[in-house]
Amino acid sequence: MGAFDFGVIERSLSYLFLDGMTFTLKLTAMAALGGIVFGTLLAMMRLSSHRWLSLPATAYVNLMRSIPLLLVIFWFYFLVPYIGGWITGANRPMQVGAFMSSVITFMMFEAAYYSEIMRAGIQSIARGQVWAGYALGLNYWQSMKEIVLPQAFRNMLPILLTQTIILFQDTSLVYVLSITDFLGAASKIAQRDGRLVEMYSFAALVYFVVSFALSYTVKRLQHRIAIVR
Amino acid sequence: MNYNWNWRIFWEVSADGRNSWMMTLVHGLGWTLATALCAGIIALVIGSAIGVIRTTPNRWAVRLGNGYVEIFRNIPLLVQLFLWFFVLPEVLPKAFGDWIKGMTPPWASFVPAVIGLGLFTSSRVAEQVRAGIQALPRGQLLAGTAMGLTLSQVYRYVLLPMAYRIILPPLTSETMNLIKNTSVALTIGLIELTAAARSMQEFTFQVFEAFTAATVIYIIVNLIVVTIMRWVEKHVAVPGFIGPVVAGGAH
Amino acid sequence: MFNPRILLALAVSAGLATPALAQGLTGTLKKIQESGQITIGHRDSSIPFSYYDDKQQVVGYAMDICMNAVNAVKAELKMPNLKVVLNPVTSATRIPLIANGTIDLECGSTTNNLDREKQVGFTNTYFVTANRYVVKKASKVKSLADLKGKTVVSTSGTTNIKWLTEENGKQNMGMSIIPAKDHAEAFLMVETGRAEAFFMDDILLYSLVASSKSPGDYEIGSEAYSVEPYAAMMPREDPAFAKVINTATANLYKSGAINAIYEKWFLKPIPPKGITLNVPMSPQLKKVLATPTNSGEPAEYK
Repeated sequence: MGAFDFGVIERSLSYLFLDGMTFTLKLTAMAALGGIVFGTLLAMMRLSSHRWLSLPATAYVNLMRSIPLLLVIFWFYFLVPYIGGWITGANRPMQVGAFMSSVITFMMFEAAYYSEIMRAGIQSIARGQVWAGYALGLNYWQSMKEIVLPQAFRNMLPILLTQTIILFQDTSLVYVLSITDFLGAASKIAQRDGRLVEMYSFAALVYFVVSFALSYTVKRLQHRIAIVR
Repeated sequence: MNYNWNWRIFWEVSADGRNSWMMTLVHGLGWTLATALCAGIIALVIGSAIGVIRTTPNRWAVRLGNGYVEIFRNIPLLVQLFLWFFVLPEVLPKAFGDWIKGMTPPWASFVPAVIGLGLFTSSRVAEQVRAGIQALPRGQLLAGTAMGLTLSQVYRYVLLPMAYRIILPPLTSETMNLIKNTSVALTIGLIELTAAARSMQEFTFQVFEAFTAATVIYIIVNLIVVTIMRWVEKHVAVPGFIGPVVAGGAH
Repeated sequence: MFNPRILLALAVSAGLATPALAQGLTGTLKKIQESGQITIGHRDSSIPFSYYDDKQQVVGYAMDICMNAVNAVKAELKMPNLKVVLNPVTSATRIPLIANGTIDLECGSTTNNLDREKQVGFTNTYFVTANRYVVKKASKVKSLADLKGKTVVSTSGTTNIKWLTEENGKQNMGMSIIPAKDHAEAFLMVETGRAEAFFMDDILLYSLVASSKSPGDYEIGSEAYSVEPYAAMMPREDPAFAKVINTATANLYKSGAINAIYEKWFLKPIPPKGITLNVPMSPQLKKVLATPTNSGEPAEYK
């Protein structure tokens, strides 16, 4: 491939970060938020004593955890518009853009992993606290909202964040759909200019710096939470 | 919905004119399992070594081990595979690089996939092994040394046999993650199960049938792996000892 | 997880909530009007049809033709401010994405054939090309037979890789076929020596060679293996939308306005590197543009 030309990185910085990284971060943030909410609901369903709530949630979580993310990405990219059309009752598939489609895919997939974390979090709260809540006249939702979930979130925060760092790395897989996330942007320039070595090394460096900084922050947070407790 | 269902597609002759689409998927599964097996061996060997190093008293060795884990844990698997596949042959001496690129498929994709997946997974195994050893009471190490064992003998006969038993459950989920992660190798041209399903979809336009089949196969493989690992867990269990559960990250 | 009864209720209420449209639009046109946007599927590296230029904007011959058709849609719907959304597609994702409604019109280098017509609709053909291979001159490959037992590459989801796979089986060639994500990636496989040959439509091969680092190193095979008429893809069985697009393209071709667009992309310097492809219009293409057709029957392009 001849001499390397690292100038290609400098020339494409704005595209890499303004287009690519922005997409990656937006996707990560929205999928994490949606995934944690949906995951918490799944966890509550799994811990429910009603079988018709716990069984579907268990099946969903186990299904998502047993197939590769790439297969899920393919599934959802083609399937989401049909599901959307089905839910809204339209006679044709609903139009879902590449971004929303990715958000939904990662949200649905990561929810299975977040739900396992939240399940552990909820189970870490002593049952006596819930009974105390009932004794005070709170109903199920109130005691969940006021007593259990805030503590579960705080206890599980480091693990939830670690999972989010994994999610941040996983979003690079939208590459297979030719979507312009950070890696997608890097690969488009790499292929157009024949600069694979420079662009992929740079992409690796950027992902490393971001993930490492985040996981370092999580570690410090873990210490602080440990002290508070 | 405007879709022509055709579940008999699996028995129809595939694009190469030889086998059925079912065989295409079975071949894909074969590569998935072969890749996972080879990468798993690399991950177990290197991961154990790094994990052990991180628990030794030598501070520099610990730092080296930590650095290794951080590097392989903080770069997305897909990017790591690109580094092995696209970048490595270009930065090596030309003759060596050309030799790598000249390998015939599927080896040209299989080898980088195995190395990439193996090292990526090794960082996770290292984390488990370290946690497993540190979960043991400190007295075990002290008792071992007091009996006159050298440090490596303590690891060999006292710490590791117990640590591996403790981390069997998280290793089970790592094994499952590894099998699933092999699908990422399709981006460097390995026709494993997901790629086989995708090529079936491209040639026949039967999106749902192809992906359903792949999904079902992954679920079956998963069940088999879990069953085997449960069996192993039961057979190696030390009576009267229930290991603490080590929390493991996901995929 | 989904309660069918709730879904049914939702479906019914959604059906009731949609007001009957005065114009009585149906299908894609109705969807475009309601959403206020039309989604165009484009390619990464189908030079010069649909690709990224040096400013990462999507440009190309097919894009110009499609924008002309989009203007016709704007006029039809009386929506001059219709938003045009660009959605990247690959050879492998384009057909399912038209089928599931993610994109309304795909503008790239898609071959119209009878097989695909069962899944999607095509507008009037705008280019006619043929399946060939590119090799490095140094490789001394002179014909398909020389590739026996070699590693070759093609783009996944294309008619070319399908042909290659079938031929490999039929002739017992023993080639190892690598599927690449897109044309640029496939060409890089040949450039870096991972594959001996790249099978693709010749026009794309010319463009990739011309924009490569050393165009003199490559050779395109002399034999053409199939005829590939290119057209924009749109949803199947949507006569109202098809009529707007087909009329717009037919007018563009017959009025001769297409010649300026053709010249711009095939006879003049094009971004990103300012190379000139220098591919004059072929007799087949002249015929197809004079009498526009959206047929997927290869015999009609001989």
